[in-house]
This record gives sequence, C-alpha cells and structure tokens, in this order.
Amino acid sequence: MAKTFKTQQEHDAYVSEKKQNKTIWGVIMASSLGTLIEWYDFYIFGSLAVVLATKFFPSDNPTAAFLSTLATFAAGFVVRPFGALFFGRLGDIIGRKYTFLVTLLIMGFSTFLIGCVPGYETIGYAAPVLVLILRLLQGLALGGEYGGAATYVAEYSQPHRRGYWTSWIQTTATAGLFISLIVILVTKTSLSPEEFDSWGWRIPFWISILMVGVSYVIRRNMAESPLFAQAKKEGKTSKNPLKESFGNKFNFKFVLLALFGAVMGQGVIWYTGQFYAMSFMQKVMNIDSAQVDTMMALALFMGTPLFVLFGWLSDKIGRKPIMMVGMLIAIIAYRPIYKTMYQSVNIESKIVAKDGLTEKRTVKVHTKIATDSLITFHQEKIFTDGTIMKKDSIVHWAAAGLIIKDGKPEAPLMKESITVNPDTRWLLIMLVFIQVVFVTMVYGPIAAFLVEMFPLKIRYTSMSLPYHIGNGVFGGLLPAVATYLVTSGKDAGHSEWYLEGLWYPIVVAGVCLVIGTVYLKTKNKSLEEDRVTEESAVDGVTV
Amino acid sequence: MDSIKKILGIVWIIVAVMVAYYGLTVFGIPKVMSEKTDDNVFGWIILTVLMPIIVGGLGIFGWYSFQGEYSDKNS
Repeated sequence: MAKTFKTQQEHDAYVSEKKQNKTIWGVIMASSLGTLIEWYDFYIFGSLAVVLATKFFPSDNPTAAFLSTLATFAAGFVVRPFGALFFGRLGDIIGRKYTFLVTLLIMGFSTFLIGCVPGYETIGYAAPVLVLILRLLQGLALGGEYGGAATYVAEYSQPHRRGYWTSWIQTTATAGLFISLIVILVTKTSLSPEEFDSWGWRIPFWISILMVGVSYVIRRNMAESPLFAQAKKEGKTSKNPLKESFGNKFNFKFVLLALFGAVMGQGVIWYTGQFYAMSFMQKVMNIDSAQVDTMMALALFMGTPLFVLFGWLSDKIGRKPIMMVGMLIAIIAYRPIYKTMYQSVNIESKIVAKDGLTEKRTVKVHTKIATDSLITFHQEKIFTDGTIMKKDSIVHWAAAGLIIKDGKPEAPLMKESITVNPDTRWLLIMLVFIQVVFVTMVYGPIAAFLVEMFPLKIRYTSMSLPYHIGNGVFGGLLPAVATYLVTSGKDAGHSEWYLEGLWYPIVVAGVCLVIGTVYLKTKNKSLEEDRVTEESAVDGVTV
Repeated sequence: MDSIKKILGIVWIIVAVMVAYYGLTVFGIPKVMSEKTDDNVFGWIILTVLMPIIVGGLGIFGWYSFQGEYSDKNS
C-alpha cells in the first residue's frame, strides 16, 4: 500500500530520510567490513594461543609458555592506546578516511607476516621477538581503527538513530572473533591434526591478506565524513588534537569519566564473556579445543544480533541504563555461571563406564640424538553420561634413562582432554550465550555514547584513548591476569580455585558500575548539545 | 547528588593510594623478584600497566570529583 502524506514537508522529510538511510547502509558496510577484518586479524592470535605457545616459546614449561603467549597477546592490547593517540590525531587533522586505510594495511601485513615467522625450534628466541613486534604493530593499527569507524558512522547518522546505526560497528568485534573461530575450525577439519600442528595453523594468518585487499578497494572509494569535510572546509579542524583533548581540563575530565564510568567495565565484561570463557573451557576445564571452538562460535552467532537490539533500545531509553544493568547482572551472575560450567564436566562427580587400556606410543626425537625418545602413555575413560576423557602422560627418555633436571627425574608432561556429551555441550553453549548477552548490553550502545561525549574536532582522538585503555588494557589483560589468579588459587589449595580468576572482572566492573551510575547522565546528547560542548571545550581551562 | 560525588572523590583518591600500596608491596615487586615465570609476568603487568593507570587516572578523577568538576552545573 502506498504511503500517504498530509503535507509536502512530511513527504520531503520521508524522502530525505530514505535517502539518508541508503547512504548510511553503504557507509556501514564499508566501515564495518574493514573493522571486522581488523578484529579477525587481532583475534586469531588469541584463538590460536594454545597452539602458538608450543610454536614460539620453549616447550619445557607449558604453563609458562602459555602465559608468555597470553602476555604477547596482551602486549597487542597494551599498545592500542598509543595507536589511538597516533592515528586519532591523524584522523582529526587529515581526515577519517585516509587514517582508516593506513590502519587497515598495517594490520593486514602484520597478520600475514605472523603466519610466516619460523618457530622457536628453528630460530630460537628470535621467533618470540619477531612475533611480539608484529603483535605490537597489530595493536597500534587496531588502536587507530575502531575510533575512526565509530566516529565515521556516527557522523553520518541521524541523532535519534545514532545508537542503532553505530551498533552495527559494534557487531564487528564479535563477528571478527566468530569468523576467526570458523576459519580455524575449517582449517582444522580440512587437515590432519599433525598437518595443522606442523603448518596448518599458519593458514588463518595468511587468509587475512586476501580479506584486507578486498576491504582496501571498498574503503578507497568511500567519501570523507560530511561533518568532518565541512569542518575542514571551514578551517575548523583542530591543529593539535592531543593538546586540546588531554591538555584541556574540560575535555580531559570526560576522558577520565568515559574510562572509569563506562569503558573499563565494558572491557572486562567483553573479555570475560568472549575470551575468558574460551580459555576457561580449554585450560581449566580441559575440554577438547575443537569442541570449545564450536561451542563458542554458536554462542557468538546467537548473541551477535543483540548488539543491534540494544543499540536501537539505547536510542529509546538512553545508553546509560542499558550499560549499567548489563554490568550489574554480569557481576552478580559470573560466579554461579562459571561454577555451573566447571561442575558440568567435573569428572570427580561422574561414574566411569569404561576404563580404556593404557596404550604406549614411542616416538624418536631430536634427529641428531637418535637415542632420545618421547614415550606417551595414552589412556581413555568413558563415563556413564557419555563424557570421554583422554589422558596423555609424556615422558622424555634418554639413553641413560629418565632425563634428570635440577637433580631430580623430569616429571612427565600431562595432557588431558575432555569431550563433553551433547546435553552438557548445549548447557555450556547457553551459559556462554548468557555472557554474550551481557557483552551486547554493555557494548552495543557504547560507540554512540562515546561519540556523543566529545566535540567533532577532537572526537577521534578523545574517544579512542579511553576506549582502548578500557577495552584494550583492562579487558585485554584479563585472560593473563585471570589465568594467573586461577593457577595461584590452585597452588594455594583454595576449594573453589577455578573461580579465582573472576575476581578481576568483578572488582573492575563493580567500581565502574558505581562511577557510571553516579556520574553519567541518563539522557542521550543531541547535536545541539554537541555544539555547546564544543564551544565550552574551546573556552575550557587548560590543565 | 553533587555532595555524593564530592565524598566519592575522596573515596577514589583513597582507593588509588591503596592500589599503589598493595600494587607495590604485595602484587608488584615481590612477584617481579620471584623466580617463577608465572609470577614475573603477573608482576610486570601489575607494576607497569595496570597500577599506573589506576593510581594516576583514578587519583585525578577523584580529585576532579572532590573539586566539583562533575557537578551538574559543570558537566
């Protein structure tokens, strides 16, 4: 049925909105695709952390190697704020579009090169050093990417739909992680475990260069943000965005408020729900990594549309209530969720149906020392509920017998892998999905929230820094800190040691919840208020 | 609400000081000096990344809050 209009103005407004919507879909597609690829590049490192630990670090201490991998993974997060400062400044001076292109290319090439670095066994400590350098480049590029994408889309959006439109950008981080898991899963299933372990893990890194090429072509044809282009034409862009953002008390206090009242909590909730959940299932619950990848991918797939729902809702009821409620529920629910997850595969509470025979496999190691062997004692247990546990004890055997280290025989390397039954699998998917819902509540509205907090001329710089400190530093360090807390709790003999890692997100999100609830305003800002803010910022006191 | 923000300003400054104290004496220096790699990694993360941001950032935030910078008429 054709739409009828009472007045000509009503008709013109309708046509104009239709045109705007068409333009913004193009803008969203172009910016989201690039951002999605950057997240993909950034997260394959984390998704492959367990494999990378064995490739780029000495294998004599697996926990230390895994922690070193997490630390390298985290180093990429720690430099994100520097990328935010460097590229944010460029974006506020030169423009959003060109800054976008540079970050995309740096990210693409760094990722591709990580897939080319020889392992520790080939080039020794040069391997982790090279990986660290490339990881730092990835972090710098991502630091410049997100703020630009969010600003770019927000500056094209109608004010009353800013939450909705920018929420599409918010889906890219989860979608990037999702795609990274799918690519890894497909690679793993297409190759034998030996092939994947030997060279197949490099494929997800190499694929990046193809995706970046496609995205580069699309982005090159984009126009500059209309608000920025106009400001540049009128000579109203900032000459020194860093000084105006952080040397100006009026702006700097909002940078701090954005960090401690919103982004810090959002960061830890994001990484608990989407990364710690994965690392917890692999390293604490010892679930088979392919099964973990599938469960994570499903939970992320089900949860991703909710970013748009909460972005849309934030236009109706405000950004603050959604973000704060998300944080509150997450804080209350984390311990029960993780307790249920752990207990669902706790083999101490299960009955053994079939205790498989121990199988001995011997493999010669070190081609130069032909006398050395790795002897694996493989054992398989099947429980009455269908859970399967595979256990490998690997002993290094030299000509003279067991290897002696620090005067004692070297302890066998223990590897345990649990395959869960279908019921438990769905329970775990639902529990991760619930955590993804928290993520979508705190993350869906945050791009619009940050964009509205800062004036146009310094927006890219000002919003990027708190975002990348909160999300990149507080969130990115979560897997390393939480893994350490779990290990320490276990060593200290705590009864619920597996929940110790949750103290970090609970405390950080708790502080953020109090600050956000007390200090943030509920009402979303309009463009009129943007102008007031900008004028106030210019007149602001220099710190 | 403005008076609550002022009182909380003092709370954030105290929290920043406490994080500095525990960050140095419990989580930072002893872990960095430890011979275990796990402890080292954790100690460096606390000492060089998290602690400076929390102590510096939250301290300044608390000070601004105490000064009334976040009062309704100023923001």
